[in-house]
Amino acid sequence: MDFWISQVFNGISYGALLFLLAGGLTLIFGMMRIINLTHGSYFLLGGYVGLTVIWRTGSFPLAILVGAVAIAVLGVVQWRLFLHRLAGEELGQVLTTVGFALIFQDLALVIWGGEPYTIPAPAALTGAFNTGTLYFPVYRVFMIGVAAVVAVVLWFVLERTRVGAMMRATVDDAEMAGGVGIDVRRISMGVFALGALLAAGAGVVGGAFVGVYPGADFEILPYAFVVVIVGGMGSLRGALIGSLLVGLLDNFGKALFPEFSYFTLFAPMAAILAIRPTGLFGRA
Amino acid sequence: MSGPAPANRLVVPVVVLAVLLAAPPFLSSYVLTLLTQSLIYAIVAMSLDLLLGYLGLPSLGHAAYLGVGAYSVGILTSRYGAGFGTVLPVGVGLALILAAVFGLLALRATGVYFLMITLALGMVAWGLAYRWVSLTQGDNGISGLPRPDVPLPWSLAGAIPFYYFALAGFLLALGVLWLIVHSPFGMSLVGVRESETRMRTLGYHVWLHKYLGFVISGGVAGFGGVLWAYYNGFVGPTDLDLSTSVEVLLMVALGGRATLLGPALGAGIIVFLKNLVSVYTQRWLLILGAAYIGTIVYAPEGIVGAVRRLSEATEPAPARPEA
Amino acid sequence: MGKKLTLGVVAALVLAVAAAPPAWAQKGPIKIGFIAPMTGGAAQVGKDMLNGLMMYLAERGNEIAGRKVEVIVEDNQGSPAVALTKLRKLVESDKVHVLTGGLFAHVGYALAPKVDEYKIPMLYPVMAADDLTQRKPSKWVVRTGWTSSQPSHPFGEYVAKTLGYKKVAVIAMDYAFGYEVVGGFQKTFEENGGRVIQKLWAPIGTTDFAPYLSQIKRDADAVFALMVAVSSLRFPKQYEDSGLKAKIPLIGGGTTFDEFVLPSLGDEALGGVSPLIYSAAIDTPINKRFVKEYRAKYGKVPSYYSETNYTAGRWIDEAAKAIKGDVENREKFLAALRKVEIPDAPRGPIKLDSRGNPIQTIYIRKVERKDGELWNTVVKTYPAVSQFWTYKPEQFLKDPVYSRDFPPCKYC
Repeated sequence: MDFWISQVFNGISYGALLFLLAGGLTLIFGMMRIINLTHGSYFLLGGYVGLTVIWRTGSFPLAILVGAVAIAVLGVVQWRLFLHRLAGEELGQVLTTVGFALIFQDLALVIWGGEPYTIPAPAALTGAFNTGTLYFPVYRVFMIGVAAVVAVVLWFVLERTRVGAMMRATVDDAEMAGGVGIDVRRISMGVFALGALLAAGAGVVGGAFVGVYPGADFEILPYAFVVVIVGGMGSLRGALIGSLLVGLLDNFGKALFPEFSYFTLFAPMAAILAIRPTGLFGRA
Repeated sequence: MSGPAPANRLVVPVVVLAVLLAAPPFLSSYVLTLLTQSLIYAIVAMSLDLLLGYLGLPSLGHAAYLGVGAYSVGILTSRYGAGFGTVLPVGVGLALILAAVFGLLALRATGVYFLMITLALGMVAWGLAYRWVSLTQGDNGISGLPRPDVPLPWSLAGAIPFYYFALAGFLLALGVLWLIVHSPFGMSLVGVRESETRMRTLGYHVWLHKYLGFVISGGVAGFGGVLWAYYNGFVGPTDLDLSTSVEVLLMVALGGRATLLGPALGAGIIVFLKNLVSVYTQRWLLILGAAYIGTIVYAPEGIVGAVRRLSEATEPAPARPEA
Repeated sequence: MGKKLTLGVVAALVLAVAAAPPAWAQKGPIKIGFIAPMTGGAAQVGKDMLNGLMMYLAERGNEIAGRKVEVIVEDNQGSPAVALTKLRKLVESDKVHVLTGGLFAHVGYALAPKVDEYKIPMLYPVMAADDLTQRKPSKWVVRTGWTSSQPSHPFGEYVAKTLGYKKVAVIAMDYAFGYEVVGGFQKTFEENGGRVIQKLWAPIGTTDFAPYLSQIKRDADAVFALMVAVSSLRFPKQYEDSGLKAKIPLIGGGTTFDEFVLPSLGDEALGGVSPLIYSAAIDTPINKRFVKEYRAKYGKVPSYYSETNYTAGRWIDEAAKAIKGDVENREKFLAALRKVEIPDAPRGPIKLDSRGNPIQTIYIRKVERKDGELWNTVVKTYPAVSQFWTYKPEQFLKDPVYSRDFPPCKYC
């Protein structure tokens, strides 16, 4: 029993981190039909900026804030200068965003060097809740909390506010939305910024968990993609379910079938896609 | 599309071929090595062009077929001492089979979803190479593979003979692909790319066309993989990396989609860029990244496409309605 | 005017011949080709390696055996296929006399046959795959580093006898290096009465170790972890957070606590015991000087990557000196490289065994805090350890190379 409880907890906490990353990715796709392979770089760069802030100020909340906002600005610039004109051109999107990912990777190496770092979490978030034989690391609980808050806020904004209604309208039919007077361009830019913001914030939060090091960008990217693909591109609900699913699959796969730990991740994804090419909650 | 007259069109390829044939004695052995590498990558790029250029299907998992071909060489020669005569059909055959399986899954999707599902399938293939240790030797890869034993009067061990061997392979792949794209079947592939509905109305079996294109593309890429393993004398999971698939995509886009020779040129440019630039600066990743972005910004139709557009613009072409 | 010039030239020639240094001095520089990842995830390791080599050469005024030295650095991006291309470039285009560097076992296996084909000596200061000097030896590869299982053999004995642990659970990276480090440990540990009661294999790049940690058998006396690079950064922290550290002490392979990650670790690493061929805390004047100067130059404590490449520079130097700089004669150069003995490297005395792997000191180290920094304090040294430990080579080589399933886990 202990085994199942702790594995489920671990799976959910890892899924929480993935949700922070994949939520933005899926929104960007849903809104603009852009496949953004730079998304992993936002995670990495967010972590590095956060690290610098912590070194200078020692403040963890400030690190999250500055890291997220700085990278959101970077994302907006990238979108304004390059990506917004690539609507509908999958190949162009893939190549451009890969190009940026390579450039960001190398720039990060130049600026921060190649040493692996961890972001020191505040003392209040270290240690573990102990109930008998079970341990629940505080930081994992914190990640779950952050993801839950983000999910609720996103849901609220999307479903209950005017901006959210405009965003949903744009997702459904950008042309029509433009026709009824919605500034699609500004909405799109806002969503892109939000996606980068979430990814970079995840980089800082995750930096205390998985570390900040060159290569983190391309390591985490496939996971984010699996989540988005399984959940269905453009669907926030899909991203949430997908994150939990991938977190749990990854956890139980590694625990129960260690020899097949990659299959337990990618094979179900291929299977889901074969049955539902648009993912669990995606629309064609 | 109009373009130069057929006779004119042949001039450039013939000159290039003549240069490729005559060049080896004048090149340093390192440049020759890079040229060999370019020819092999050109095969893979051209195979992807069939899919991407002629069918409009961008695959992010093309390294899988290259990998199957390469691993066929690795496993068959290192375990069973198999010769080229066995390895070649098996390697290409397995790539065809893999593509036949992947095609069933991938062709259920279109557009972005096609990209994603091929990415996923590519990762599955990579995972196999990486984890099926008893077969692939996992992370270590298989090294020390011999050069192919062909019934020729000279050995392929040297750089120059192997270069001609790769050139022959390249010409073979080019010939096969050229015949395909200029056959009625190839024409209908383009028709499918332009409008599936129209082709369907005309009575074509659209899915079957795409499927056959997908499988042939995989088979040719597998052929490239066989040569790649012989060239390196080594095969490992990194050959199946996502970055390999992305690079092949770049080669096609850079050279020009649906031109066959364009992607081959793209392959050469990328191979030389990566290797020569890294001699001068450690920051070559920045330059490669810029190449990715620059291709899309400045030459979205690729080099060959741009050249054609320019040469058409200079000729007094009859007025055409804008597409 | 013309005559004067001729005369001048003749005079100059005569002078030159009279004052001529030995013939080899006119051959131009000794060229060393260096291959390592300089971009991507392992770039910093590559940099540590290069720093070590360059520091040695700088100490010699960039001169070896009276000839200038030129180092040509090539980035293999951590990929074996790229490494092969760069090898071709260095040999065919740059005409280097000797190669060194390399990171990751698969790169080592990919390069060895090509190195033999080109008949050019290559030093492997880091790449540790056992079989390169055991069951698949290569003529032209000169390993100046170590075999993965070399530090593990004495460590198994140490853990059983000195630390007195009876039951050990293992969690290790799931690839050849992990198998070899764990295999060596299991063999000697069990021969000395210990029992490995569990073996868990985590893929490289594992971000979340929780699924493994929750499975670790709680009746183990210690957990043996083999982590590398980034996973070394994550694992101790997650081990502590899972509540295990308070209950079961953590020991491991050398790279789990090596100087490469130590500065990035915190209290979670304290008390970790591990073996390796080097520790920055080795208390000898030679090493202290090395550490001090390395720090002054590069602003950080040298890792074993730096030391082994520093010593590789020394290795090339010694061999070139022994043949009076005649490195163009490759067979002679190779023979000289194999004969090198270094009594006073920062990591201690080194010489090659008959199969070309160093016989050297193995250090058992414990992570301790000293002046606010983490150090691998040496708690015991095993001098002159060979890759075969105390076994007869012929007997040892009859067993297969250590793998996922060898030695089998009898007590799991």
